[in-house]
Amino acid sequence: MPYKILIVDDSKLARMAVTKALNVLHPDWVRLEAASADEALAAVKKEHPDIALVDFNMPGGNGLDLAAAFRESNPRMPVAVVSANRQREIVSRARTIGAAFLNKPLTEEDLDAFLKAAVQSLTKARS
Amino acid sequence: MKPGPTLVLDELELDALTELVNLGISQSAISLAEMVRDEVTLSVPNVALVSRDEAIRTLGEREAKNLVAVHQVFEGDITGRALLIFPEARSLELVRAVIGGSLSIEEIIELEQEALAETGNIILNGCLATMANQLHRSLKISLPEILHGEGKEFFNLAPPPDPGDVVMFIYINFAVRNSDIQGYIAMLLDMPSIAALKALLVEYISRVAGESPA
Repeated sequence: MPYKILIVDDSKLARMAVTKALNVLHPDWVRLEAASADEALAAVKKEHPDIALVDFNMPGGNGLDLAAAFRESNPRMPVAVVSANRQREIVSRARTIGAAFLNKPLTEEDLDAFLKAAVQSLTKARS
Repeated sequence: MKPGPTLVLDELELDALTELVNLGISQSAISLAEMVRDEVTLSVPNVALVSRDEAIRTLGEREAKNLVAVHQVFEGDITGRALLIFPEARSLELVRAVIGGSLSIEEIIELEQEALAETGNIILNGCLATMANQLHRSLKISLPEILHGEGKEFFNLAPPPDPGDVVMFIYINFAVRNSDIQGYIAMLLDMPSIAALKALLVEYISRVAGESPA
């Protein structure tokens, strides 16, 4: 079934790159985009996305805090923090809040693997 | 009328450049964290393209006169100079943060040049190498050199720069072991290099996001 996915990144190019991959993997999914933490929180409240991809390094907001806020408001929402900064501390903090960690630049393979796991977890939660 | 440096790149190209700088800085943070065996935060709040005069003016307005810079020359499709610039007053703090441990002030002073060169080398190389890889090009990068002085000296190194030179001015926040230090990365590029960079960014955008070149 088609899902609603929220892409949070202050870079338009990064959002376009995810969109390009999603067009191949899940062209039927609804895509929502947010360029800041505030926009993302508003989108979650209004649109209730099923899955979220959050950039780690954004001006005015840390992606880990935003991912934690998403998980707190909806513990079943699969969330991935996306960053080129794969320091152990950051990866481990992402896992602590129950988010996946994906390397940037995001490859279609990594995104596919995360989305497969996300769909599995959503299906299980709904059954 | 000749376009100003900010008009050299369009909005999406500047976004792509910022994204590349962020990828590079993230790689630098990973390498620094491995070196210092502690978490390192390196963030880039802003990337701007400015003229050489504007870069000198900005540094003069924001910072004290005494600055320290790690300087490296890079050559390839894009040729220029990269400078990691900090106020000299923060340089010992940076060295202390990077080295860690309880060193005496004499020991820190003794290690200052070496630690600055190594830190600068990691930050500038991480940034330049990642950008080159993402743009599918290679760059030859010189050994680091430490400079002390004012902004106008850093941006007027021999051979004399062209009047049309553009500075990619990157503000960075650098945090390690409870120290939080603000500095700058400046990449000085001549007009042919800026034109080459623009063409490479157009290719990069098309490659990663499927955007056709305008």
